[in-house]
Amino acid sequence: MAEHQHEPVPYKTFILIWVVLLVLTVVTIAVSRIQLDALNIWVALAIASIKSSLVVFIFMHLRQESKLFKIGLVTLLVIVAIFIGLTFTDVLYR
Amino acid sequence: MSIEHRDDTGARFGMWLFLYTEVILFSGLFILYAMALAKYPQEFAEASHKLNIYFGTINTIVLLTSSLTIALAITAIQRNKIKQTLTLCIVTIVLAIVFLINKYFEWSAEISHGIYPGSNHMAELGPGITAFFNLYYFTAGLHGVHILIGGTLIGVVAAMVAKGKVTSDRYTLLENSALYWHLVDLVWIFLFPLYYLIL
Repeated sequence: MAEHQHEPVPYKTFILIWVVLLVLTVVTIAVSRIQLDALNIWVALAIASIKSSLVVFIFMHLRQESKLFKIGLVTLLVIVAIFIGLTFTDVLYR
Repeated sequence: MSIEHRDDTGARFGMWLFLYTEVILFSGLFILYAMALAKYPQEFAEASHKLNIYFGTINTIVLLTSSLTIALAITAIQRNKIKQTLTLCIVTIVLAIVFLINKYFEWSAEISHGIYPGSNHMAELGPGITAFFNLYYFTAGLHGVHILIGGTLIGVVAAMVAKGKVTSDRYTLLENSALYWHLVDLVWIFLFPLYYLIL
């Protein structure tokens, strides 16, 4: 067998991550009911980012993948940041 | 020994590259959202209150759980537990259907209240609220199409597992379908707070 295959991730790990994701969902909803003005949206985005990292690294097995996959993800994030950042240099100063 | 070209890692990387383009597709919609939010903060909060937070929350739980079941299916096939793999795939598909049924009831309620793109009621509500709902229907609609595609894909691969074409030795197809399914979950993780939870 030339193909390298991943070690199976135990069921327990996945279930634990699922519980954390549900807890974070409850936290997002709870925090969203408190008036924090502009901060609300940043807290929501921060929690969503934590949730997506859990999905990407554990559920999607990125943790087990080679460096190439991780470089790909960083590249994507940089592209999206440029995409959003450049748009806002226009939108905010109109 | 048969000579056969095979590159599982390459196949997975190809799937990841495709998913990156999907992220860029959705990020375009999120940029539009951010621009409209910057312009109409009050109207967005008002419009968000018209969405049913219960539907949103239930669908969040449904999707997170379906992500779990398809992740478990990968472990099951790696351990050569074919029956478990099939059960987990079917549970994932059922959850996808539950999500879409919820969406049907949610949208029916909204449309019956006159909230849909181009309605007279929307024209009365003004440009900010209209922008919110147009983006809401488009983003959630595109996401719904992804649910449909992902669910179908998992169904096809599950049939191949049942026929023994996808096995514990060769399961990249199931892995890639699962990756697609997780992307659908990722989009919803951002969509839910941004549309349902604005104060």
